[in-house]
Amino acid sequence: MKRHLLSAADLSRDDAELVLTTADEMRSLADRPIKKLPALRGRTVVNLFFEDSTRTRISFEAAAKRLSADVINFAAKGSSLSKGESLKDTALTLEAMGADAVVVRHGSSGAPHRLAHSGWVRSSVVNAGDGTHEHPTQALLDAFTMWKHLGESKPGGLEGRRVAIVGDVLHSRVARSNALLLRTLGAEVTLVAPPTLFPVGVESWPVETSYDLDGVLPKADAVMMLRVQRERMNGGFFPTPREYSRRYGLDARRMATLQDHTIVMHPGPMVRGMEITADVADSARSVIVEQVTNGVAVRMAVLYLLLGGAEPAVGGEE
Amino acid sequence: MTSYLIKNASILGGAPTDLLLEEGVIAQVDTGLSAKDAEVVDASGLVALPGLVDLHTHLREPGREDAETVDSGTAAAALGGFTAVHAMANTDPVADTAGVVEQVWRLGREAGHCDVYPVGAVTVGLAGERLAELGAMADSAARVRVFSDDGKCVSDAVLMRRALEYVKAFDGVIAQHAQEPRLTEGAQMNEGELSGRLGLAGWPAVAEEAVIARDCLLAAHVGSRLHVCHVSTAGSVEIVRDAKARAAREGGWSVTAEVCPHHLLLTDELATTYDPIYKVNPPLRTSRDVEALRAGLADGTIDVVATDHAPHPHEDKDCEWAAAAFGMLGLETALSIVQETMVDPGLLDWAGVAERMSHAPARIGRVADHGRSLEAGQPANLVLYDPAVRRVVEASESASLSRNTPYAGMELPGRVMATFLRGRPTVLDGKLQ
Amino acid sequence: MCAQPSPAQQETPPSSGGRTVLDDRDIARALTRISHEILERNKGAGDLVLLGIPSRGVPLARRIAERIAAVEGDDVPVGSLDVTMYRDDLRLKPARTLMKTEIPPGGVDGKVVVLVDDVLFSGRTIRAALDALNDVGRPAAVRLAVLVDRGHRELPIRADFVGKNLPTSLVERVRLSIAEIDGQDGVRIEGGAQ
Repeated sequence: MKRHLLSAADLSRDDAELVLTTADEMRSLADRPIKKLPALRGRTVVNLFFEDSTRTRISFEAAAKRLSADVINFAAKGSSLSKGESLKDTALTLEAMGADAVVVRHGSSGAPHRLAHSGWVRSSVVNAGDGTHEHPTQALLDAFTMWKHLGESKPGGLEGRRVAIVGDVLHSRVARSNALLLRTLGAEVTLVAPPTLFPVGVESWPVETSYDLDGVLPKADAVMMLRVQRERMNGGFFPTPREYSRRYGLDARRMATLQDHTIVMHPGPMVRGMEITADVADSARSVIVEQVTNGVAVRMAVLYLLLGGAEPAVGGEE
Repeated sequence: MTSYLIKNASILGGAPTDLLLEEGVIAQVDTGLSAKDAEVVDASGLVALPGLVDLHTHLREPGREDAETVDSGTAAAALGGFTAVHAMANTDPVADTAGVVEQVWRLGREAGHCDVYPVGAVTVGLAGERLAELGAMADSAARVRVFSDDGKCVSDAVLMRRALEYVKAFDGVIAQHAQEPRLTEGAQMNEGELSGRLGLAGWPAVAEEAVIARDCLLAAHVGSRLHVCHVSTAGSVEIVRDAKARAAREGGWSVTAEVCPHHLLLTDELATTYDPIYKVNPPLRTSRDVEALRAGLADGTIDVVATDHAPHPHEDKDCEWAAAAFGMLGLETALSIVQETMVDPGLLDWAGVAERMSHAPARIGRVADHGRSLEAGQPANLVLYDPAVRRVVEASESASLSRNTPYAGMELPGRVMATFLRGRPTVLDGKLQ
Repeated sequence: MCAQPSPAQQETPPSSGGRTVLDDRDIARALTRISHEILERNKGAGDLVLLGIPSRGVPLARRIAERIAAVEGDDVPVGSLDVTMYRDDLRLKPARTLMKTEIPPGGVDGKVVVLVDDVLFSGRTIRAALDALNDVGRPAAVRLAVLVDRGHRELPIRADFVGKNLPTSLVERVRLSIAEIDGQDGVRIEGGAQ
């Protein structure tokens, strides 16, 4: 049985629903005086972050600590100069320390995969974001947020819901994981971007695609805006930031075309004025802050389901 | 010098025949030969081929002796049935002067496993800015005839034109590593549906094809010889095919092309493992490309099989994909892969193998003593190969100093039993001498 | 691959072998008696909070609350307390699905909490419940009501209110059906000597 969560594709529909319901229980923990559960007592969770990400690292740290696990934070600078020595040698050190789970964020797609399958470590590997490949726990917390608002927190709650994901799909691991997970949960996903920001082969993904944001917005139940870096302009992906935000940015005018119940999401960090304007980000429709809160509960659920028992409760055959 | 009497060899797959090797030359070819004082080699069941000539190998010396030396690399070559290899210029220092190419040539002679023909860089330091002293390298003891910036592309059109023109003076050939640099910045694997899914930057086929097309037009325009290294896409095969047809009509210029064994067998599906043992430049492509390459090799559009043997030390492959070096070993497995992908399926016979792996590369490299026919009077450069045996590839058994073979654990047909370099065995009974 | 369901959660279909030791009317009477005993001991319904242990303890707790309300005229706060995370055998099986924990709005601080469960056996579930309760708040007192006590305690735990004492051998299985979950009420014993 798989001990790792490397890709959103690792989760079956039952697995994903289980994470959501478990996260729901974890979330109510925040209302209690003692915000701790003993389930991972004696376990060691290592946060191995090769990319700076205070937000995600703190989220995983809080999640592990609320389950009474011991947390070790390892921030390594994995530059192309130090190459793979960083990853392998670091992994061997962690193994010597006796980590039960390694939460890894790395700039290279496939790094968590290598960590899980190279034989360097015996612990469970949780992908906290690898290059432009995947970010499964982000997709889970996004799905959880949608499920609470649109799915009434019920099993199958996201069936048939329409989700629009807008932005730099080509470079977005969040887009990839979300496209896979939402489809698994029965939702319909439409990716919106200029042609230059779609990956080759996106036609084979289980999604719809569109270049026309205005056409997609009125039909969506949830709109997820992806971060778009201004520097992409230098690679010729769009002529100017102004043209990008004019054609693909979510502003108040576009927000007014959404249905009443439609929520606006963003994995963060936002580039205000680029893909999303301040008034949209701070509006009542925006669940962006809630996504962060949900992140801890979802990550608690993932850690519990992977480490809480003798064997993981989610994930397919090895 | 010891004489050798090879008995019952199947020359190019033909009926069992004997060959007598004396004084570095094939003295006699006939049935029922006998010679006293000759050591007898029983070649029953073995195919005899002219010694293989590799147009594209990386021996890494000088500079990267941790990965390979001329000695270890040529030992691997001999075990692969090669009697001559062309050593690419991307060493440290780069082989862009007469001094460096002569050093490499000398190291080859000292090692004695096979003849080393150094390839000279096209541009100084492979920087793509100005021509290296091609004439000096051609006149040196190494007698360089093949020039390549392999590893990098001569992408500047003017520079490529000048290089094609300049080498005409000494019957040289420019071997182009076709890779448009701007289209492949940061590229990791073949651009396609898989690269999008895996989140690895893509290396689009058009980056290879556009350069080949341009270079063929340049070669036609200036009337020169062009050789295309490691063709990897179906589109490239088509372009070369059309170019050859045009060259045949017009005359005065020519284009030749090579394919690597790994591109005849492996596809980009292997990248799903994220194991950088499969990371190579140009990258593994789709099965459609593999089909087209095999067809192109069969019909002669692709003239040559060249290994692009690229050794790398362990730490350059034991890491995440993006951090890993590009390249695979190839010398020891080349003939087996060609048997597996071309001979056994009936696409090429042993005479065809001799043409693709010995005659043609020797012609292109202007190498006089190799790639000759197995007839009396010719230099005794030959290989005895057993096509019937099947073996599992063991990375640790390689003569190379490196271990980055993508075939580890794979069962492949055939084994080189003996290699003769000018009548002296470099490999006998499957073992290095 | 699904999570391992907690043993308490497993749906038990009506089984064929064994003998019925309590039918639906026996269960109703037992619950009525327990409800009266709780009120008697507590001298009324003041500060009472009933917490059922999922899954079958929860409908039992609700039924007790209904009876108390019928007698005293006051509504008693009812909720549930999932003990999965506090089990001492967490590591021995695959991670289990969590059940719902619903603490009534008044909380448990200073209250008399009555834990309600269907079967008391080794006592480990109740030990876990006490730990879970400890992280929720500080009750004035904790009492335990169970429908069936089948003996074989492995920890020093005892019930305050018992529906029926059922001495059993370890090879026997006690199968408890609750209408809200299994469709009908009943307690059967299976296995062992009939």
